[in-house]
Amino acid sequence: MTKVKRQLLSGDEAIALAALRAGVTLGTGYPGTPSTEILETYARLGGRAQWAPNEKVALEVGAGVAFARGRALVTMKHVGLNVAADVLFTVAYSGVSGALVIVSADDPGMSSSQNEQDNRRYAVAAGVPMVEPADSQEAYDFTFAALEMSERWGVPVLLRLTTRVCHAKSIVADGRAPLPAVAPRFERNIPERVMIPAHARPAHRRLRQKLAEIATWAETAPLNRRTAGDGRLGIVTSGVAVMHAREAAPQAALLQLGVTHPLPLQLIRDFAASVQECVVLEEGDPYLEEALRAAGIAVRGKPAGYRFGELNVARTRRILAADASPEPAPARGKPPQLCPGCPYRTVFTVLRRLECIVSGDIGCYTLGALPPFEAMDFQTCMGASIGMGLGLRHTLPADEARRVVSVIGDSTFMHSGLTGVAEMVYNPPATGHVLLILDNGTTAMTGQQEHPATGRTLNHEPTGRVAIEAVVRAMGVPQVDVVDPMKEAEFEALLRERLASGRLAVIVARRSCILAAGAIRAYEKAAAARSQPLGGCPADAATTTTGETEG
Amino acid sequence: METVTNIVIAGLGGQGVIKASDILAQAALAAGLDVKKSEIHGMSQRGGSVNSDVRFGARVLSPMVPTGEADFLVVVAPDQVENNRPLLCPTGVLIEPRLLGETSLANPRTLNVALLGVLSVWLPFPPEAWRAAFDAQLAPKIRVANEAAFAVGIAAGAREKLRLQSVTP
Ligand code: SF4
Repeated sequence: MTKVKRQLLSGDEAIALAALRAGVTLGTGYPGTPSTEILETYARLGGRAQWAPNEKVALEVGAGVAFARGRALVTMKHVGLNVAADVLFTVAYSGVSGALVIVSADDPGMSSSQNEQDNRRYAVAAGVPMVEPADSQEAYDFTFAALEMSERWGVPVLLRLTTRVCHAKSIVADGRAPLPAVAPRFERNIPERVMIPAHARPAHRRLRQKLAEIATWAETAPLNRRTAGDGRLGIVTSGVAVMHAREAAPQAALLQLGVTHPLPLQLIRDFAASVQECVVLEEGDPYLEEALRAAGIAVRGKPAGYRFGELNVARTRRILAADASPEPAPARGKPPQLCPGCPYRTVFTVLRRLECIVSGDIGCYTLGALPPFEAMDFQTCMGASIGMGLGLRHTLPADEARRVVSVIGDSTFMHSGLTGVAEMVYNPPATGHVLLILDNGTTAMTGQQEHPATGRTLNHEPTGRVAIEAVVRAMGVPQVDVVDPMKEAEFEALLRERLASGRLAVIVARRSCILAAGAIRAYEKAAAARSQPLGGCPADAATTTTGETEG
Repeated sequence: METVTNIVIAGLGGQGVIKASDILAQAALAAGLDVKKSEIHGMSQRGGSVNSDVRFGARVLSPMVPTGEADFLVVVAPDQVENNRPLLCPTGVLIEPRLLGETSLANPRTLNVALLGVLSVWLPFPPEAWRAAFDAQLAPKIRVANEAAFAVGIAAGAREKLRLQSVTP
């Protein structure tokens, strides 16, 4: 008998543990709250994990693993799936030979995101099956289930989480036997794997066939759970809302949908028919409500106001009572701020002083939009700062256009800034443009993860490093400078000059994040010690230092 | 018995709110109870508000403490008391740095654990449960300082409990 260990784990940690136990070959992804801890924990437990430059690349790598009969776990936050969507929609057609499980960690209530999109819609749009755990134990169990489903039907599977599953800790009993080991092997199957139109047409039919089979399986799958009630009220629900529902209405019959695409419609129909009134309780979009109504199942959804933000027990009680009256205002907390001593502080002080129009991006530096700086004029998604800044430059009268600056962080630049630079070189505005790359040597916002420009792997071990200034120079930007933003006067003079020059310019403002600086020094020291065990040639170590400057 | 104890720990990023809630949840686990804990973090290390909910009992369902139903509200930052007060139930106990009185902590970074010490006076966890939680959550080099802070908190908690008993008939 396997010994069952009871531990207190977050949903993220539970997925990492399950991935390890189930025999995942490779975990890859891009850091994003609330998904980041999955790969970090997986690596700490001894799994093979790596950060990709962005989610699209992560999913491509994951698909490759699964084409070779491996088991891939690809993690990202909800907006990351927008970046990876191009791959997802077609890998759904081609299918996989091993297992490909994609984690989408949604953030209803936007505790640290720019929107609250509901990624259940992606499962429908891409035609991939989706499972949704309600707590850490289910996160553990459903990771196994998602890997099994992916292997059994040869389709990518979405494992959808929300903040309160990712970051809530609850007790996990881990007693699952590992999945049978697989030997990696590539078998050529051009018609199934090369999605030219002639191959894609039958592939789409194959995908729909698989979904129909999964729907039939889902009717009796143990991932969907039915709990009896007093016969009056029935609740159809999924994810963490299951827990709110059980607490708010213990007398109600409950249908917990663990598989939320494709939906087990017969199961739901029978359930709805067994109660006097059937309510759909779901966080975010009315996804289930619409699907059930479309299938002719009479259900009541939630008043429109509950589409915003997270659910909780109090809101659940109100939804069940069909209460659409205004909700009490939540307590206002203190907003976050750039850390005292953060190198970005001087950057935003200077941008403000020069009255720049600032096209911003996603990272700690987005806080430059808040007082006391108020020096960021727009911000949309990863990498958008460059293209949007260019659009303004193309449009505004010359004297105003010259005030436009695009600002992007180092990790974000690696994620999706490179194509923006290509656009800048290819279609330069008449006034030129200034791109400020804030290089603090880490992915600070999500808790100091590595990226391709730090030259260290997820485990902080030395690896190849992409040199930002060399890349932009090679892409054809005529003027590239590296400065220390803490030298305020020097930084200001340079920015002033580049704005006035009317040419394309990239300024790399380089200074470590103060929270990460100590750790970065320690990694560099460890790497240097390893590369010259006999006190020999320091040439290797020199390639990993970051102090390169030029005028 | 179906009762669940609801605790909210509140403060600012960098004050150890999440660490304190991890210790508390671990102690509940070690005491043999069901427990859930959740928080909102992300940009929190940049000094913004951080709240963490811990719930324990025979069986815990939702991981979030309903507004106005916290039995205990532990606030690490004095300026966060007022905005969090509505979380507390009418008979709930507020635990704030003021209760530690003049006693100064050897290391101010242990304020979070000192306040856990105050809280512990009301909780049904045996000392072994707290010890197990410290084992699981505290690095050896900060263990001693935190145990000292916890002891300071227990003394303050005993005083406060007495005071509350004398004012409420
Ligand atoms: S974490 Fe680093 S980059 Fe972010 S605000 Fe603090 S010092 Fe600045």
